[in-house]
Amino acid sequence: MTDQPQQRAQDERIGVYVCHCGTNIAGVVDVGSVRDFAGEGLKGRGVVLSRDYTFMCSTTGQELIQKDIVEHGLTRVVVAACSPHLHEGTFRTACDRAGLNPYLCELASIREHVAWVHTDHDAATTKAKAIVSGAIERARHSVPLEAIHVPVDAATLVVGGGIAGLQAALEIADAGHEVYLVEREPSVGGHMAQFDKTFPTLDCAACILTPKMAAAGSHPHLHLHTWSEVERVEGFVGNFTVTVRRKPRYVLEDVCTGCGICIEKCPIVVVDDAYEAGIGYRKAIYMPFPQAVPKLPVLDPATCTYYLKGKGSCRACEKFCPTEPNSIDFNQTEQRVNLRVGNIVLATGFDLFDARRIPQYGYGRLPNVFTNLELERMCNASGPTGGAITLRDGRTAPKSVGIIHCVGSRDRNYNNYCSAICCMQSLKLAHLVRERTGAEVHNFYIDLRTAFKDYDEFYQRVLDEGVHFVRGKVAEVSEVPRGPDEAEGKLYVQVEDTLIGMQRRIPVDMVVLSAGIEPRHDAKQVGQTFGIACSANGWFIEKHAKLDPISTMTEGVFLAGCAQGPKDIPASVSQGAAAAARVLMRIRQGELALEPVRASVDAERCSGCRICNALCPFNAISYDAEAAVSAINSALCQGCGTCVAACPAGAIAGSGFSNEQVLAQIEGLLLTHLEPAEALT
Amino acid sequence: MAKDFEPVIIGFTCNWCSYRAADVAGTTRLKYAPNIRLIRLMCSGRIDPTFVLKALADGADGVLITGCHPGDCHYLEQNYKALRRHRLLQRTLAQLGIEPERVHLTWASAAEGAIFAATIDRFVEQVRALGPLRWPARPKPLPVAVEPELAEEALS
Repeated sequence: MTDQPQQRAQDERIGVYVCHCGTNIAGVVDVGSVRDFAGEGLKGRGVVLSRDYTFMCSTTGQELIQKDIVEHGLTRVVVAACSPHLHEGTFRTACDRAGLNPYLCELASIREHVAWVHTDHDAATTKAKAIVSGAIERARHSVPLEAIHVPVDAATLVVGGGIAGLQAALEIADAGHEVYLVEREPSVGGHMAQFDKTFPTLDCAACILTPKMAAAGSHPHLHLHTWSEVERVEGFVGNFTVTVRRKPRYVLEDVCTGCGICIEKCPIVVVDDAYEAGIGYRKAIYMPFPQAVPKLPVLDPATCTYYLKGKGSCRACEKFCPTEPNSIDFNQTEQRVNLRVGNIVLATGFDLFDARRIPQYGYGRLPNVFTNLELERMCNASGPTGGAITLRDGRTAPKSVGIIHCVGSRDRNYNNYCSAICCMQSLKLAHLVRERTGAEVHNFYIDLRTAFKDYDEFYQRVLDEGVHFVRGKVAEVSEVPRGPDEAEGKLYVQVEDTLIGMQRRIPVDMVVLSAGIEPRHDAKQVGQTFGIACSANGWFIEKHAKLDPISTMTEGVFLAGCAQGPKDIPASVSQGAAAAARVLMRIRQGELALEPVRASVDAERCSGCRICNALCPFNAISYDAEAAVSAINSALCQGCGTCVAACPAGAIAGSGFSNEQVLAQIEGLLLTHLEPAEALT
Repeated sequence: MAKDFEPVIIGFTCNWCSYRAADVAGTTRLKYAPNIRLIRLMCSGRIDPTFVLKALADGADGVLITGCHPGDCHYLEQNYKALRRHRLLQRTLAQLGIEPERVHLTWASAAEGAIFAATIDRFVEQVRALGPLRWPARPKPLPVAVEPELAEEALS
């Protein structure tokens, strides 16, 4: 880096390759004109050959580049094609195969940034030429770089103990690697543990979930941190340090046997808003559900008499605890645990849409309007009604039930997306209601979405069972009779039946709102903790919507389950397994090659002003007082380049994005290096 | 004049957010003005004010600086440094006689292709309204075919 880059740049032999991408680029950009511009007009800038080809990324296209590198002694390669986020790796590897340092290959994005976003062919072609020129100028100042190899810690962090997280954690642990599973709630299981049956096979949710939960609880390589949250993540792929905050359970985990006597003796009964969705009760010390893993109670200080009425009161749990020493510890405080992991799987799940936000549907105001989750709990044999479907009084079985689809989903007032699972869930609930109560069931839907294996067959089955389907968006649910034909004590579902083009008012005893699913309320903060972003709707963004829905833009952080977007159980399990496969691949490789985009200080030029020291968020820059210069630890440096931009002496070099490269690219983009006669019009 | 004037704009993008937003705009085939030419950096914190001045000096009529939303920076907080530099740079530009509105800072997440496209369109119109940047420091384009004596005359 010490020899004059400017001088060296004069001697480059640059090959330019313009891709048609079928008609994707060639349909808008005059590819031949771009090729000639580079080949003829930029000869003086070191371009020795310029070609165009239908698909540069094809094997033939890559071979073309490789052949030219060898035959024409190319020292730089510029490929004008798609975004570097797609094919930079492809062309770099091709260059590497031909013996050219991969970092001497430059991509010019003329598809995503030109052909696909502009319609004026002339303007698009001019812009494509400018971008190619910029890439050429930048490439002239590129220097050979070597990838940075870092070891991968074989331990993995899985965040979220729902079905997606459980699947990922178990697969990694089964391969013999340590897994830390962090779950915010007192037990793993997630939303699936709340359900009764699962569509379309009607397996009992607990029957298929609890074996996985039990396996996670007893696995020698799987370490559960329930009732815990990730507070801080430091480091980078292969070497993360994670701080987990363990909330106090007020129960000693290694002493408690989970016998449940404390729960039995606790005199305080409160409404369970979490697991029982607000229709059941729990004690002040409780286990969320009988199959909870770990099988440990948790004490809620917000409702416990000991904390509310002063020390010394109640203590029933402590008095009756049979263990020695006593498992109850009223003075337990939160603890912080540091974990070192190489990879992270985020499976933080979803929140249910709050149906109160649609007042015309009456949830929270009309007693017999329920949410889908409430009905799930009612159907469940271990739920508050023991599996009986009743009205809010807890006794009366409904004779007619209306199930409203798309509550909060596909609605521009709330969430514009489809929650993907509610159609099938509503069909399942319709079936369960018919089966258990024989009630007339009306499903009110906008469109029925029953894609995927055996789903539409299930819909046919529910149709055959006599469930009524009304196509139309429900306007309101009212308890007020309209006219002498309507009786008191019913709920009237006002809906436009769009198939017959009529307004209908359908009287029912019970209304079930199929509330959609939403990103976790704190998804944004969680994303910030792990260095990943959320989409406009709030779901975590995957690396590529189609080809890589598992990775994120942050290396070493993977996604599984509904945290990435609405999906059902089979899809969550698949994604959990896919994330596990990615992590295992990393562990198997043992080390990772990272982009060598790093900053370094030229000690000769550093004046020791220390401006850069405070700018680094990774504490990678230290000051050597003896030599009176700053130095950058390349293991900690992440390559953002903020210090490079700030150095008043120009003593910090940023490899891959050097000042020379960026300044040359600006010139290239603006075509200032061309004689006016050659410049584009 | 303003009608015929097509501004040239250099856009600095962050590898993690706005460059991806531009990719998303492309993938979803959104349309925006072709006046902008993008440069990819790893972070908006990498933007040396020299880059902006260089772009303006070399013929750009405006510069768009884009980074991750506050709190979303891939490098924790470097976008705040970009924000600070932008504020200082705007003052410097005013002192140099350049309208500060020619250098615009905006945030765009990787998901915000539509917002990014709309921002570009708005900024292009903003710069178009300002007209070409007439900065004495800029190299004056020479006539295409110039007689040597005429050139001497012009230079004297």
